[in-house]
Amino acid sequence: MLFKKLALATAIGLVSTNAMAECEIGARVSVVGNEFPAIQAVGAAAQECTGAEVTTNLTSEHQEINVAGMSGTPAEYTSAIIANSSIVALMNEDVIRPLDDLVAKHGGDLKPNQLITIDGKVMAVAFMANAQHLVYREDVLKEIGVEPPATYEDMLAAAKMIREKGIMENPIGGAYAAGWNLAQEFNNMYIGMGGEFFKQGTAEPSINNEAGVAALEMMKSLSEYMNPDFLTHDSNATSAEWKAGNVAIMNMWGSRVGPLRETEGSSQEVVDNTAIAGPMTVGGNETPATTLWWDGWTVAKNISDEEAEATFIAMMNGIRPDMLNEETSPMAVWLIDGYEPTPAAEGVFDAASRNSVPYPMLPFQGLMHSALGDELGDFMQGKEDAATALADVEAAYTAKAKEGGFL
Amino acid sequence: MKHKTFFWFILPTALAMLLFIALPIVSVVIQSIFTPHEQVLKVVESCDPFGCKETTSVDQEATQKLRDAKPLGQFAGLAIYRDRGHLAVDEVKAAWQTREGLKDFFKTINNLPFYRAMGFTLTFTFVVTPLLIVFGFVIALAVNSLHRHLKGLAIFFSLLPMIVTPLIGSLILFWMVDSRGIVGTALQWLFSDPNLSLKASTGYTWIMLIVYGVWHAAPFAFVVFYAGLQTLPQDTLESSMIDGASRWQQIRYVVIPHLMPLVTFVALMQLMDNFRVFEPIVGFNAQAHATSLSWIIFNDLGGETRALSSAATTSVLTIMGVAILLSPVLIRTWHDFKVKH
Repeated sequence: MLFKKLALATAIGLVSTNAMAECEIGARVSVVGNEFPAIQAVGAAAQECTGAEVTTNLTSEHQEINVAGMSGTPAEYTSAIIANSSIVALMNEDVIRPLDDLVAKHGGDLKPNQLITIDGKVMAVAFMANAQHLVYREDVLKEIGVEPPATYEDMLAAAKMIREKGIMENPIGGAYAAGWNLAQEFNNMYIGMGGEFFKQGTAEPSINNEAGVAALEMMKSLSEYMNPDFLTHDSNATSAEWKAGNVAIMNMWGSRVGPLRETEGSSQEVVDNTAIAGPMTVGGNETPATTLWWDGWTVAKNISDEEAEATFIAMMNGIRPDMLNEETSPMAVWLIDGYEPTPAAEGVFDAASRNSVPYPMLPFQGLMHSALGDELGDFMQGKEDAATALADVEAAYTAKAKEGGFL
Repeated sequence: MKHKTFFWFILPTALAMLLFIALPIVSVVIQSIFTPHEQVLKVVESCDPFGCKETTSVDQEATQKLRDAKPLGQFAGLAIYRDRGHLAVDEVKAAWQTREGLKDFFKTINNLPFYRAMGFTLTFTFVVTPLLIVFGFVIALAVNSLHRHLKGLAIFFSLLPMIVTPLIGSLILFWMVDSRGIVGTALQWLFSDPNLSLKASTGYTWIMLIVYGVWHAAPFAFVVFYAGLQTLPQDTLESSMIDGASRWQQIRYVVIPHLMPLVTFVALMQLMDNFRVFEPIVGFNAQAHATSLSWIIFNDLGGETRALSSAATTSVLTIMGVAILLSPVLIRTWHDFKVKH
């Protein structure tokens, strides 16, 4: 792993020394963000700036520390790399600054759709899009003679055939770990069923309905074809199962397809047959059962203007067009100018073109997400029925929303 | 000791305790009776790579005005203590009124986060603490009777579980008991059940966590008891041998009474430690099966939720729990003290 990161850093380093972009900064830059490869690449490119130190703290636990790390004066982190779900926490706490003047001064390369504007102010700069979509094993599906599933119902049927033919015992994969991941899978399925999370225009929950029950029942049916430990499997563990050749069909993040096609920890057979397609639908609806995501960076509010400017310049350097090369292009669906879609991007493009729903940027969506993550485990274990589980979620959400001043 | 000397002697300790123990507790209590201000929401247009649409957002200026006027937030009294996430007074009342027998009542109660966490925390505390004392004692006796050349090595290996960072230790075990790990596969083979999974069942997960708890804490008991064994009165021991006491009788009537104050000490420390059980739940990814009070606090503080009042309330309840748990031991110690003086 370390070797790979080093190789990656060197690769990026070599490319950039050839086309050395001028990047001089005059104040410290400190970045916090998630750890997947695309963000590592952005962080490494930002660190090429000279004149002052650029430090990065890229970790899967970034959401635990970014608000606290930006609340002080001066803020520890001058920039947080976030997604459409996590920008809300930063905005609720008012720790990021509008970027309009910096965009006007230094944002020459940016395309208008990269600017995340809220109430007319640019609050973040997006550099990649992401979505969960189908990943399947070409050889296994060929063996049972079915097309890649377009609906979750087809997925179940295919899983049944794979198990009956004795090819795999638990052919479906999925990041169903209790907590954030499980809640996200519910969000996908619920949106696919045409559900709305809140009563129109309010923070009152409205998930205990037919669509919610149908979504949970579908998740339960899927879980019967999963490794029995599914409630402990996050995206990393699910990817490992895939690489070990234990899984044939799964709904997975576009940003994780690249690593699935590397032979490390996997076999040539799995790598050659890892194929992707757009997200599935469910329950006969048109809307794909997935959510659209963007990842972008912000600049902290509680820092000096010099630091903000340096941060902006360094982060712009992190997403400059010539940071894209053979190594970095397949890592994500980049929104950067000059990006040529690679085969790894098909799934996300398909999700975007079929009017998938972006993950809601609501101030109280995070509370709903964590209530779902805490309360759905009981249902998935068969300890209670779907309606009770959804009522529990609504009650847990209501308690937290009242405390937070939303209700 | 003169009062004045005593005062100057105790002053640094007292100051440190005030600063690092009393003040944080006061702060937590205050935070638990205040909640954030009502959020002023407004509908704004937001644009992202996928298009523009109307979304709800927090009106920062208006909310900031509220915050500046009253920095502590809204006074909520005991509202947070009574809500569903904590003592759930209304829910418990309702469950009692609509119960169909005690079993049904406890099932409903177990569905409430605080009581569920309490259920696991107490089970863990009261199973792990006695077991680790017994194991620690047995290991100490065994090591003490080894040849002196072997003792050093044996002590080192017995201490290893305590040296390993709890999170790392639990992660290692987590992968070993995975259905594809060495322990998991061995169990499947042993019980000839290919679908056996320790992580998928609540009962097995609890057992796994308890085994981990004993494994991790037994060395602490061992090291304390081993030190105690070095001060064993040899005269008493020899005279009991002359009286014809068997090895078991020597342990029962000489060794155990001698170590009794240490047992109280270990029990006190471990009751407190085990009540705060946290790392194994995170390490074992066990939140679907087992939660603890500390885990609830962590969960409230993390990520996008940041429910500070809720976390503060759970902290206060944890402190109360520790106080109740320790009271019998403390009362006993006080009695012993009074008898001696």
